[in-house]
Amino acid sequence: MDDTVTLKGQAAHAAARRLAPGPQGKKPRPMFSPRNIMIYGALIFAAAYYLLPLYVMVVTSLKGMPEIRLGNIFSPPLEITFEPWVKAWSSACTGLNCDGLSRGFWNSVRITIPSTIVSIAIASINGYALANWRFKGADLFFTILIVGAFIPYQVMIYPIVIVLREMGLYGSLTGLIIVHTIFGMPILTLLFRNYFTSLPEELFKAARVDGAGFWTIYFKIMLPMSLPIFVVAMILQVTGIWNDFLFGVVFTRPEYYPMTVQLNNIVNSVQGVKEYNVNMAATILTGAVPLIVYFVSGRLFVRGIAAGAVKG
Amino acid sequence: MTGHANAGRPNQLLRNLHSKIASIPMILTAVVIFLGGTLWTVFYSFTNSKLLPRLSFVGLDQYERLWSAPRWLMSIQNLAIYGVFSLIFSLVIGFLLAALMDQKIRFENTFRTIFLYPFALSFIVTGLVWQWVLNPEFGVQSVIRSLGWTSFTFDPLYNPSIVIYGILIAALWQGTGLVMCLMLAGLRGIDEDIWKASRVDGIPMWKTYLFIIIPMMRAVFITTLVIIASGIVRVYDLVVAQTSGGPGIASEVPAKYVYDYMFQAQNLGQGFAASTMMLITVAIIIVPWAYLEFGGRKRG
Repeated sequence: MDDTVTLKGQAAHAAARRLAPGPQGKKPRPMFSPRNIMIYGALIFAAAYYLLPLYVMVVTSLKGMPEIRLGNIFSPPLEITFEPWVKAWSSACTGLNCDGLSRGFWNSVRITIPSTIVSIAIASINGYALANWRFKGADLFFTILIVGAFIPYQVMIYPIVIVLREMGLYGSLTGLIIVHTIFGMPILTLLFRNYFTSLPEELFKAARVDGAGFWTIYFKIMLPMSLPIFVVAMILQVTGIWNDFLFGVVFTRPEYYPMTVQLNNIVNSVQGVKEYNVNMAATILTGAVPLIVYFVSGRLFVRGIAAGAVKG
Repeated sequence: MTGHANAGRPNQLLRNLHSKIASIPMILTAVVIFLGGTLWTVFYSFTNSKLLPRLSFVGLDQYERLWSAPRWLMSIQNLAIYGVFSLIFSLVIGFLLAALMDQKIRFENTFRTIFLYPFALSFIVTGLVWQWVLNPEFGVQSVIRSLGWTSFTFDPLYNPSIVIYGILIAALWQGTGLVMCLMLAGLRGIDEDIWKASRVDGIPMWKTYLFIIIPMMRAVFITTLVIIASGIVRVYDLVVAQTSGGPGIASEVPAKYVYDYMFQAQNLGQGFAASTMMLITVAIIIVPWAYLEFGGRKRG
């Protein structure tokens, strides 16, 4: 009798183990076993390596230049000053002008917002057409698009310069928005196509029977059902476009340079004395937007990059 | 597919019209930019275009010049070193971190957040931070010297022979979090029974990983490999921010060569030839992968 109970208990236990994720099936171990110390030791060591540059950035940006020249980069500031931040934002010089990063920040805002909206709008409609309204040849175009995602940008940059120049858009913000839309298209289209394909087809058929057309179904049925994927796409695009450097430098005039280009020009400008604290404050400011997006979005970000990873 | 629903249409072109109109941006991008642009660049790489593209063909001259230019050879050498090491290290470190994360640890989310946050940062930010951390006057080198080891030398960004490793350190900091995430997803997809069976047989854990789990994660590894590899070929911003290709030409990379020849040196032909070489490099990576992944599936 007792034996059967234990057997049952073991079976239940095994079943519970099978359900739990991860490779470990044994009972929980004491917190301070040698094995745990090794695992956590290694993880904490790795975490320290990943956090170190962020820490160095922050402490450097809060020190005055005399302190930087004396001390080492890891020591915490003796006297906290926010002057480098103010200078980085409003009066650091790039060699062209001396109004700091604020100009680049607003340019990046003016680039990122419309580029994100336009690219997502177009890609979601592409994905919708590919999932629900496939026409002859659609798959061929889609294949070219996906293969195109692997072609180095450098191969296509100059032809795009010519096209934009012909349209009179080379150097303008509109031109850059078009470029971001083009290069965001493969991954976003893939993302939306896969998502719309996964929606139940009966829904689409029912709407068709009721006489709804292409746009009605898109706006009334697909859009409201796909908010999560739109958020994922948004995270992907906002961080991607904000972090872009190459397109900003190739396709815009200096007065429209995005924040990353401005930052690089400030830090790597050859003239004047190097102000490392101002440079680090400027670097944090540029990294702040994607970092905030990352910390706020959490798991959705992971989902976004897992999808974006295909882009390479 | 579903578009066949509307019966009795007289014109093939008008069928599914809205879908076609909505797909115009995609069709234009695919055909004009991706296909047309690529062919255009390859085509013009056989001309001696300087400031503007023009159609005076010189055969393979641009390629001969390219492969005899010290700067290009240096770029290729750097790309090879950077590529090999960054592949090995990001796979090894990424897998090790993922394996550690998979031991039912506490604070998994905290660790994941820490390992992945650099991936949210741009290469420019990454490059500039590491430029500062590796600064010989104030950074790691000076800190270790001040601890008493006065002859300690670690100045990768100012030493032409090791500068590419300085860039590698920054790139690994930025990118291994992503590899860890992909690997962790792969590990989570392994059946629990495999672990049980190997424990019953008394196989040590490292052996189970090496000979059972890793071969089972083949698909994840290949995808990760392709992602890392196509990122490697594109490396540009990081070098611009961290070293601007210096000291001298010691940290030049192909993507920077292309940009500089197209937009600074106004030697378009060289730029086109170099970018065509980049395209070929990517094709060498992608084509076998696509063949294995998709070609094989069709047959099987």
